[in-house]
Amino acid sequence: MSREDVLVTTDWAEKNLGAEGVVFVEVDEDTTAYDGGHIPGAVKFSWTTELTDPVRRDVLSKEDFAAVLSAKGISNDDTVVLYGGNNNWFAAYAYWEFKLYGHQNVKLIDGGRKKWELDGRTLTTEVAERPATTYTAKDADLSIRAFRDEVVASIGVKNLVDVRSPDEYSGKIFAPAHLPQEVSQRRGHVKGAINVPWSKAANEDGTFKSDEELTALYGEAGLDGGKAVIAYCRIGERSSHTWFVLRELLGHSDVKNYDGSWVEYGSLVGVPIELGAGN
Amino acid sequence: MCGAPDQAVALPPGTDLEKQTVLAGRVVAEGSPVGGAFVRLLDGTGEFTAEVVSSASGDFRFFAAPGTWTVRALSRSGNGEAVLTADGPGLHQTQVAVA
Repeated sequence: MSREDVLVTTDWAEKNLGAEGVVFVEVDEDTTAYDGGHIPGAVKFSWTTELTDPVRRDVLSKEDFAAVLSAKGISNDDTVVLYGGNNNWFAAYAYWEFKLYGHQNVKLIDGGRKKWELDGRTLTTEVAERPATTYTAKDADLSIRAFRDEVVASIGVKNLVDVRSPDEYSGKIFAPAHLPQEVSQRRGHVKGAINVPWSKAANEDGTFKSDEELTALYGEAGLDGGKAVIAYCRIGERSSHTWFVLRELLGHSDVKNYDGSWVEYGSLVGVPIELGAGN
Repeated sequence: MCGAPDQAVALPPGTDLEKQTVLAGRVVAEGSPVGGAFVRLLDGTGEFTAEVVSSASGDFRFFAAPGTWTVRALSRSGNGEAVLTADGPGLHQTQVAVA
């Protein structure tokens, strides 16, 4: 797999607007940005209400995923081109969920909404309407999803990569710094996890760094290329970004996203946690 | 929630400025507010910590911890940054000029 199979430039995206069999999808946690203007023809996905289960803390079920894609007018044969704000975090989560349910052709726009806006490209408020389809989802591919027991069992065995900021990793703060800091769970990180913040994999315009830079980044951080990898963050979307880098860009064969992430792990009773020095 | 919230909204109800360290400010170009700028918070070592999009009035805010921070803005009007030192909890404000 090469970078071109999984990633497109904003330039490619602009040249392929309206192309047959290509569906642009904007994904975010807060979709007000879409309402204020989006890539022409792009359909809207709310991460909160359309990519996660409305009751349980979980991804959509296979049936619900198929129903959402059918309603959005996406076919199994379509090439889905995902992008979003927040440096593509939620678009990367969507990419991972599309792969989880076996969608063949999915790509991310490199740099997402930020790059598109900084390039000064066209945005529209016209909402895209697509006729409904009958989408068929495959069984979840659990080779890319880690659950809590596997994380605990992987301590000292697999690479555990904590992709949150250094202050979240060390336990200095509970949550990213654009959010209020009141939360109830424990601070710190999974014992033995290395800290490679998601942001180190991206340039400031949101595009991914080169394969050479990325290989050096994880190598210097102590990631053992011969062992399996589990990536986690706080709620599983920043770790989707790193999952994308390690599996889709760098081609590691065994990389899982632990979407339960710190919100789950930091609330478990009796599991190994470490704090950074001075915290 | 983990994405960046709408920066036009006032501080969330119940924000305790006796305990929380809030860094806030405005992005400006030649004295006029710049909405839609990508504002990133970098820690004392230059490490990325968070990013939000400035409101229509150019406003942004972060919930951080005491220390020295750099606020860097990217926009169609240009880029710029400012250093902000929070000596303790409370509201700490700055302005980021882009050119």
